[in-house]
Amino acid sequence: MRKLALGIEALAIAVLFGSFLASGGKLLLAGAAAALLALAGVLGLAGKRREMPGFWLWFVSLLAYAFLYIPLVIVVIFSFNDSKLNAEWVGFTTAWYLKLFSDEDMLRAALNSLSIACGAAAIATVLGTMAGLSMHRFKPKLLPFLVFTPVAMPEILLGVSLLIFFLNSVSPALGALGIDFGLGLTTVVIAHVTFCIGFVAIIVRARLAGMDESIFEAARDLGATPWQTFRLVTLPLIMPGVIAGALMAFTLSIDDFVITFFTSGVGTKTLPLEIYTMIKVAVTPEVNAVSALLMALTLGMIMIAAKLAPDLMQAKT
Amino acid sequence: MALLEIRNVTRRFGPLTAVDDVSLAVEAGEFFTLLGPSGCGKTTLLRMIAGFDLPDAGEILLEGADMADTPPEKRPIHTVFQSYALFPHMTVAQNIAFPLRMAGNAPEQISAKVRDALALVHLEAKGQQYPHELSGGQKQRVALARSLVSRPRVLLLDEPLGALDAKLREEMQIELIDMQREVGITFVFVTHSQNEALALSSRIAVMNAGRVEQLDEPSRLYGFPRNRFVADFIGKINLFNGEIVAVDGERVRLRVAGLGEIEARGAAGLRPGTPATLALRPEQVRLAAIGAALDLPNRHPGKVRDFLYIGDVTTYVIDLQNGQRMQALLPNSSPGRAKFFEVGDAVTAAWPAEAGVVLTE
Repeated sequence: MRKLALGIEALAIAVLFGSFLASGGKLLLAGAAAALLALAGVLGLAGKRREMPGFWLWFVSLLAYAFLYIPLVIVVIFSFNDSKLNAEWVGFTTAWYLKLFSDEDMLRAALNSLSIACGAAAIATVLGTMAGLSMHRFKPKLLPFLVFTPVAMPEILLGVSLLIFFLNSVSPALGALGIDFGLGLTTVVIAHVTFCIGFVAIIVRARLAGMDESIFEAARDLGATPWQTFRLVTLPLIMPGVIAGALMAFTLSIDDFVITFFTSGVGTKTLPLEIYTMIKVAVTPEVNAVSALLMALTLGMIMIAAKLAPDLMQAKT
Repeated sequence: MALLEIRNVTRRFGPLTAVDDVSLAVEAGEFFTLLGPSGCGKTTLLRMIAGFDLPDAGEILLEGADMADTPPEKRPIHTVFQSYALFPHMTVAQNIAFPLRMAGNAPEQISAKVRDALALVHLEAKGQQYPHELSGGQKQRVALARSLVSRPRVLLLDEPLGALDAKLREEMQIELIDMQREVGITFVFVTHSQNEALALSSRIAVMNAGRVEQLDEPSRLYGFPRNRFVADFIGKINLFNGEIVAVDGERVRLRVAGLGEIEARGAAGLRPGTPATLALRPEQVRLAAIGAALDLPNRHPGKVRDFLYIGDVTTYVIDLQNGQRMQALLPNSSPGRAKFFEVGDAVTAAWPAEAGVVLTE
């Protein structure tokens, strides 16, 4: 039953994009509306017989999905468009991707982004795991607030306050010690760590929440020191959560724009910043291509994270 | 010197005193049971022996040495948890090898000991499986093997049979006794089930509200409960309130409202005039049709109000003529369809003088 519904869904989406490609994009809205109606109709009809959602529920939910994902899909499609303009489908090409890989600025930005994401994810994972563990074990009152606030805080606020902190507090303080400290990769990594810790901590704590406490006591009881208990029992058991948290931190870091914008200073460009600079001139297919790659990377990470920590996707945390 | 000694141990949680000035000694090789209703402090006491919790006052001594500064991993005491607490990411063999690894045994030694431990619990074939592939009874055995493999001085068992169904529980009880005899390790067993306690233990400490009510062998505990709580908690019992009228050594005469004067046993030193309770086990009570000859000092006419047929025995609820109600337990040992009396039958309930126990607490 589920397979059938998925099949119909895929078919309708194929029809939608088929009609769109054939007409050069002009009939996009009409095609989309027609496909949605048809799909909802088919699924709704099936639903009457098999106690599944009816027509309108299908229609509205499909509309919501379409609203969310059609722009993303269009970006991907146009990254293969053999035209300088984002208006009309001309033909298939991978030229924009090739151009991307020979663009010095772009490659440097990508390298920056990757190293920042790796660094921030690594540090945030260690600190976030520690925070998650202690929140689970000692049930502190203040720590959850301290850890989760950066997650909920408006990014612009975090960005500005970090900028002021780095320039007005850290830089003079280190300067007095004779250390030259300016905005750059380090400050971006520190900034990213601050808001990534919370996500890792949430995931690790959720992983611990359902666990039988006596397992950890049993380890101590059978002769393991606290450190051995952590290494041999606790860590292997929370590992899926730790990895999921690390991937989450990585994706959050790699596509962060606002906080990076404030804390990177002059000269240090990351991919999102580079893309922003490019579209100030025009939305070229090259931007589509780099966005598509970034999207693929993020999607892959989220999928792995979801696989490793299924409770993450249950919207419980 | 006792192997494990609890000396005036007290543990408070806020306003609640979970363990209240408990002292007891466990001898080497014993199967010692802490028995009591939930919340009586038995698990708190067990956790303090294991080292997961520390007493607020008093000391816990193992072979004469105070354990206060010894963390759980350094105590030669292992625990079998109620939830088994097997490590889900390790195979059965790895689980059992864990304490050996922690103790720094050589790999070849470990595998030999693991094999022996698996044989001890009859799970030779399950070494490479993971805990989630095992049944409840098998998990229980792995937990036992794991805590026994490095031969601790004391094994603590926290309601280990609680999660098993009735039949399996009985099998495991027998296995536990066998195993304890085989390995010769001192067991300290925590349970709220009086049946389990009576069946398994060499001695039982009955606990209530953080205190030890009575510490005795199972048969003494059952036959000579020290107070109402123990009498009521261990097995079924009829309790009648009255007053002592005469004492002659261990023979006590008791006046119970409606029953008149009754002969029973009492501890030495009871004084006439004290309020007391007569405790009478249902299986001590004989039932006979009215008029049948019964050569017993305590005889009271009544009527069958209800009966519960349990197979091996039948429990009768008797309304005595004077308004008291009592239970009598009759074995269904005669061949054929067992049945003695019907609801409404007039009967005489009778019991020998030495059957009743006089309790003053």
